[in-house]
Amino acid sequence: MAKPVDTTESRAARSPQSAAARQRLEKTTADLLRRSRNTRLMLLTPAIATILLFGITPLFIILVYSFLEPGSYGGVTWNFSLEAYIQFLFERDIFDDTLVFHTSYLQIYGRSVGLALIATLGTLVIGFPTAYFIATKPREQRNFWLFLVTLPFWTNLLIRTYAMLLIIRDEGVINHGLQGVGLIEQPINILYTDFAVCMGLIYSYLPFMVLPLYASLEKLDFRLVEAAYDLYANRFMVLRRIIIPMAKPGIIAGCILVFIPGLGAYITPELLGGGKKLMIGNLIAIQFGSSRNWPFGSAAALILMTIVMVALLIYMKNAKQGQGAGGHG
Amino acid sequence: MADLKQALRFGGRQKDLRYQPGFTQMAWLCIFVLYAPIFMLVLYSFNDNRSVTLWTEFSLRWYMAAYENAGIQRAALISVEVALVATVFSTIFATMAALATTRTAPFKGQAAAYTIVNQPLMVPEIVTAIATLSFFALIKQLTGVSGIGYLMVAHTVFCIPFAYMPIRARLEDMDLTLERAAADLYAKPFQIFRRVTLPLLMPGIVAGAMLAFVVSLDDVIISLLVAGPGETTLPIYILGQIRREITPEINAISSVFLLISVLFVTLFFIIEGKRK
Repeated sequence: MAKPVDTTESRAARSPQSAAARQRLEKTTADLLRRSRNTRLMLLTPAIATILLFGITPLFIILVYSFLEPGSYGGVTWNFSLEAYIQFLFERDIFDDTLVFHTSYLQIYGRSVGLALIATLGTLVIGFPTAYFIATKPREQRNFWLFLVTLPFWTNLLIRTYAMLLIIRDEGVINHGLQGVGLIEQPINILYTDFAVCMGLIYSYLPFMVLPLYASLEKLDFRLVEAAYDLYANRFMVLRRIIIPMAKPGIIAGCILVFIPGLGAYITPELLGGGKKLMIGNLIAIQFGSSRNWPFGSAAALILMTIVMVALLIYMKNAKQGQGAGGHG
Repeated sequence: MADLKQALRFGGRQKDLRYQPGFTQMAWLCIFVLYAPIFMLVLYSFNDNRSVTLWTEFSLRWYMAAYENAGIQRAALISVEVALVATVFSTIFATMAALATTRTAPFKGQAAAYTIVNQPLMVPEIVTAIATLSFFALIKQLTGVSGIGYLMVAHTVFCIPFAYMPIRARLEDMDLTLERAAADLYAKPFQIFRRVTLPLLMPGIVAGAMLAFVVSLDDVIISLLVAGPGETTLPIYILGQIRREITPEINAISSVFLLISVLFVTLFFIIEGKRK
């Protein structure tokens, strides 16, 4: 992280200076770098305190909330209860209070994981060739291509999802176009299906996949590719045995970057799934909105967090193995 | 035989050993997929027809309608207010944190500091949203204080890592030569910061501030849950409108919104590009 030390030292070593001058230089550099503990603490405090207080404390609040009883108008009543977690797996019979195992919430989680995985795969299939294409462009063109891919990421997700909705509606451009050419009589129903949600997720998170892939493909040493051709490998073998393994850190980073927001997506299933095709994000939001069951919403959010943490742990384990080969998170 | 194979392999446009069949086409498809929906949205914002998808003729009437819509005006104002406050605070905090993590010798807890600064990026947005809502509801209950301040605080938190990234990157690229020279000339630490470090760092700070501003302006989920009554930001307004009825007015306001983001991000890339 703090690498300036090395550069200054090597620089000092290279320049033809007297030992005394070099020593003095090293001392001022060291003085510059060794800011007092207090200064550093003062500089770090605002950011760290803000995030600790308003970013991390709230997570503990919902952890507590998930073990409480729901209040009648939202909020919580301060009685310990495991009801939120029980409700996740069981349905309580209103007459005799017996618990019956049910899978409706598990299904929402399963569906969300499935959709997020398919979307991740989709972005990988489109994103890998794109990242490779950019990485093999002349250096001065690469920034422009990266800009082109990144720009949609910085534009509003809601607006992009809305744009997608306009296209795949029954009266949308795709159906109008197909009907116009006479390929179909009736509009194909795309909107409010799992397929639509998947398309939306791929569309939303494509840039997240391309960037880390590019970062690792850019470092690819094409002498290895050349060597493989010399050994009579064909293009597919080069791709499978050289390029893809070398890009592995980028592939994993990209998959994580797409999978995590995809799993917790709210806007995409809301607009393109039409409220019928719930994902975890919508389930959580509903508990804090119309259902007014904050403990259950908190529990649902914590279960989502757990899945995300597991995914991150897998990523970090892989990132450690792939260290030195590049890639970023 | 081997020579023939070699000749075939490196014949034609396949001479480039980096060539992979279909990759270029896929890249173009990717760009098409990314831009086609946005392009259609902007195109139809200029459509005179009330229907969002039937093209009749070019017109600016929906832009006029959006401009005169009091609800949109109010929402835009709130969005800008919140984004400005969040940008100022998150950029100042991020700059200080970036100086602390790059301009000092490695210290214990550096990794922890780095993780905390980036924390908002690692938690799914919906979780952040409901956790923030719960926390603020608790504070409201205890203190009775309400208002737009909550929304501003929530935005400041998630803007910090976005402002931090370009500022830290710039600091890491700047070597210490000039700062060292200033120190040699007996400048005091604050003078060095004020006269040398800060001017050199300015492009990074501006870039960070622009990202923070765009990210705050674009936020939907956190605002949706945290915003109190009467604190409708522009994205919340748009979402509500899409849920009710799709009108070309939404296309118009979305297009303006897109234009603003594109302008800011383009400026960001120009500033960042100059760095190298």
